[in-house]
Amino acid sequence: MNILYRYANPREFMRLSGALLPFTAAAAVLAILAGLVMGFSVPPDYQQGMTVTIMFIHVPAAIVAEGTYALIAVLSLFSLVWRHPLSDVAARAAAPLGALFTALGLVTGSLWGRPMWGTYWVWDARLTSFLLLLFLYLGYMALWNAIEDEIRAARACAILALIGAVNLPIIVYSVEWWNTLHQGESIISGKLAPVFLWPLLVMMAGYGLLFLTLWMIRIRTEILNRRSRTLMLGGA
Amino acid sequence: MSAFTALLSRDLRLAARSGGGAALALGFFALVATLVPLGIGADLNLLSRVAGGVLWVAALLAALLSLDRLFQGDFEDGSLDVIALSPLPLESVSLAKILAHWLSTGLPLTVLSPLLALLFNLPASATLVLFVSLLIGTPAVSAVGAIGASLTLSLRRGGLILPLIVLPLLTPAVIFGAGSVAAKMDGMAPSGGLALLAAFAVAACLLSPFAAAGAVRLNLTN
Repeated sequence: MNILYRYANPREFMRLSGALLPFTAAAAVLAILAGLVMGFSVPPDYQQGMTVTIMFIHVPAAIVAEGTYALIAVLSLFSLVWRHPLSDVAARAAAPLGALFTALGLVTGSLWGRPMWGTYWVWDARLTSFLLLLFLYLGYMALWNAIEDEIRAARACAILALIGAVNLPIIVYSVEWWNTLHQGESIISGKLAPVFLWPLLVMMAGYGLLFLTLWMIRIRTEILNRRSRTLMLGGA
Repeated sequence: MSAFTALLSRDLRLAARSGGGAALALGFFALVATLVPLGIGADLNLLSRVAGGVLWVAALLAALLSLDRLFQGDFEDGSLDVIALSPLPLESVSLAKILAHWLSTGLPLTVLSPLLALLFNLPASATLVLFVSLLIGTPAVSAVGAIGASLTLSLRRGGLILPLIVLPLLTPAVIFGAGSVAAKMDGMAPSGGLALLAAFAVAACLLSPFAAAGAVRLNLTN
């Protein structure tokens, strides 16, 4: 718990994130560039041809999009249970990024679906639950923006995020019960050939670092915003 | 009379006397159901195929119409403060509100649905499944909706945000409800979908009073 409270202090966070930011930014750029180079030099897949390269920008986006929702839920729990002030800011800062990666996953997925399935959009389980994830993000962001009182908004959004997190598995399961076309997972089960696996892993690292970088920038901006607002109120 | 039943009967009387809450929802339900054949064509075979889904979605939207007022009226005129001061815990208050909302919208919508199913040429056996699925599923709509209503109760334009928050959470109800009607139409047993819908509804009704009470509480502390 001590470590939790240490970073509840915005000044401590500013110091640490300021030191980390150049490195994560550089690492994100390097990993994404390396992943792209590796991704474009893979041999064509026997079935998918060169469209397999879309996977390298699609799968990491989808994983970051899902992970971000889990992250927001955990931060919301922190904020509700321990009244951790920074986790509110962190959850709010993560939401638009999560929505962006969800949209990126949907767009790249539908661009891949056109040559492979013959259509941009199918009402398949995974696609549909991703679309619903996007709506969950949008609702969460809308509630943040609608409530003016910041503390009240933070608590309300934390409740909403936790309910969404409880409900998300049910939504995913129900949509799966409804329809399934998307291929199953092939990374952990070891069905993906190493020649495709390595660029994918590098790209995942790149996307993860990119998220981390943008997330820290957004948290820092929000902290600075609050500081300047407090200063203005103090000066008035 | 216990505080719970007093609150329940008060909310039911308010719903009945202020603008006939149930009648508005029923009118909306019937109107949406009337517009769909005008939009997609009057082919009776097609209509009976889509009836389960259309009526489920229409009932869901009709129930949403009155949800934003679930706590808002009481919040604005201050009676929510008085209710919160009463010995009745806010969780029970939320449950009473959910029950009142279901009795004044969900139940009438369910009762009206066989009539609209008739207009959609739904076979009698599938109509029974639709009726049962709405009977089981509409409490979940009121329960999950109450969470959205409590989160947005202090917002002047909460009615716009409420559907954005609530509808994604309610997709399982539509899938299982309309899915069980579709299963019946395809000659399969609808019991699987109905059982899952019942499980969803029970979970929603058990958990949402706590979430709604938490959200009401944070809006009252000031």
